[in-house]
Amino acid sequence: MLAKRIIPCLDVADGRVVKGVQFLGLRDAGDPVEIARRYDAEGADELTFLDISASHEGRETMLHVVERVADEVFIPLTVGGGIRTVEDVRRLLNAGADKVSINTAAVTNPDFVREASDKVGSQCIVVAIDAKRVSQPGEPLRWEIFTHGGRKPTGLDAIEWAKKMVAYGAGELLVTSMDRDGTRIGFDLELMRTISEAVEVPVIASGGVGNLNHLNDGVLKGKADAVLAASIFHFGEFTVQQAKEHMAQAGIEVRL
Amino acid sequence: MSSVIVVDYGMGNLRSVAKAIEHVAPAGLTVRVSGCPSELAAADRIVFPGQGAARDCMLELNQRGLHDALLEAARSKPFLGICMGMQVLMAHSEENEGTVCLDMFPGEVRFFGHDLQDAAGERLKIPHMGWNRVQQVRPHPIWDGIEDEERFYFVHSYHVVPAEADLELGTTDYGARFVSAIARNNVAAVQFHPEKSAEAGLRLLRNFLHWNP
Repeated sequence: MLAKRIIPCLDVADGRVVKGVQFLGLRDAGDPVEIARRYDAEGADELTFLDISASHEGRETMLHVVERVADEVFIPLTVGGGIRTVEDVRRLLNAGADKVSINTAAVTNPDFVREASDKVGSQCIVVAIDAKRVSQPGEPLRWEIFTHGGRKPTGLDAIEWAKKMVAYGAGELLVTSMDRDGTRIGFDLELMRTISEAVEVPVIASGGVGNLNHLNDGVLKGKADAVLAASIFHFGEFTVQQAKEHMAQAGIEVRL
Repeated sequence: MSSVIVVDYGMGNLRSVAKAIEHVAPAGLTVRVSGCPSELAAADRIVFPGQGAARDCMLELNQRGLHDALLEAARSKPFLGICMGMQVLMAHSEENEGTVCLDMFPGEVRFFGHDLQDAAGERLKIPHMGWNRVQQVRPHPIWDGIEDEERFYFVHSYHVVPAEADLELGTTDYGARFVSAIARNNVAAVQFHPEKSAEAGLRLLRNFLHWNP
């Protein structure tokens, strides 16, 4: 049986991991390669790097980070952040990324998703969907796509958008609830389930994980195929291994 | 000095494959990425990766003059196909309204199908993406030191259906049982990505480098 995946996510700026990963025994807690190696050893099923560099130089540095990680860590690597052109996609894949995650550029130019998946194949294209709940209590549930870290509404219905992105060639969706991101109160399970049931491709749930039960909920109630988390792993609260054992106890198929 | 060529035909992430092989290569083995037919002919071993669509793969192979060089290599030296590099060894693929492939082995490549379900009635997503188990149908040097039912990393929507049962080397369950590894003579091929399958995948690559069929 196919295992549900656990994906630690690292924010990287100018070649350094930010938001302080705190592992015991790391020589350099800001080195993406060292952290990637650690997560691999703990049994992470994939890794995601989000490039939050503001500058062109920062993004160039990211290519070298990807090369160094891919030279040593032999699990799938997804890179997101600031990807706008097919050339950006190609360069990251050639550096050793297995998938790229496209976010804002998909909203501003949906044809870019089609163009990129035509060129490199759907299996390399993840579309990141940042959604916020916009329905009032008592109304039927409705979510809208937001950009710029959840600040800018687009008027796009999140479920329709998800279907459109799959039709355009997304091989996987990374769904983040902007209401929950950083709250540590758990995924927006209705959002995850609604999107997961609406599309044929795998869905990665993101945003709001604060404990291991939240991961179980994401799979069992949110119908996610993979769960992405940052802070619960970075600060040494839980290892990926502990998370997997917790999921296995709940009857979830994982790679132990 | 022996050499292994990772075949470059513009389809997919060859760097990862080459790096994983370098990681497990014995001293004295050179690993090169090349799309040059004469280099394929001169190499001791061939790794044939690939991702993307079947039609594009075949188009690139033909345009680059690699069609015959690949078939010749697959008849004469240790040869490992990975993912699309496994699928195009078959005669024909359903992908892209039908694509004629290399016809190294009899059989075809089929789409998993929509509305796939597991035994418990849970819906299964397409592509088949993630870590799944591989049942070893028979012993083979590339399985050396790898447990039966080990998990490997898969990403694909099509799978091979060999016409001859003795080609089968490994199977995997996804809605139904499908053939996830094949082997005959000096050729082995796998649907999963050993270069992305952590320790088990590296072990398989190491086994391939030591395999002397």
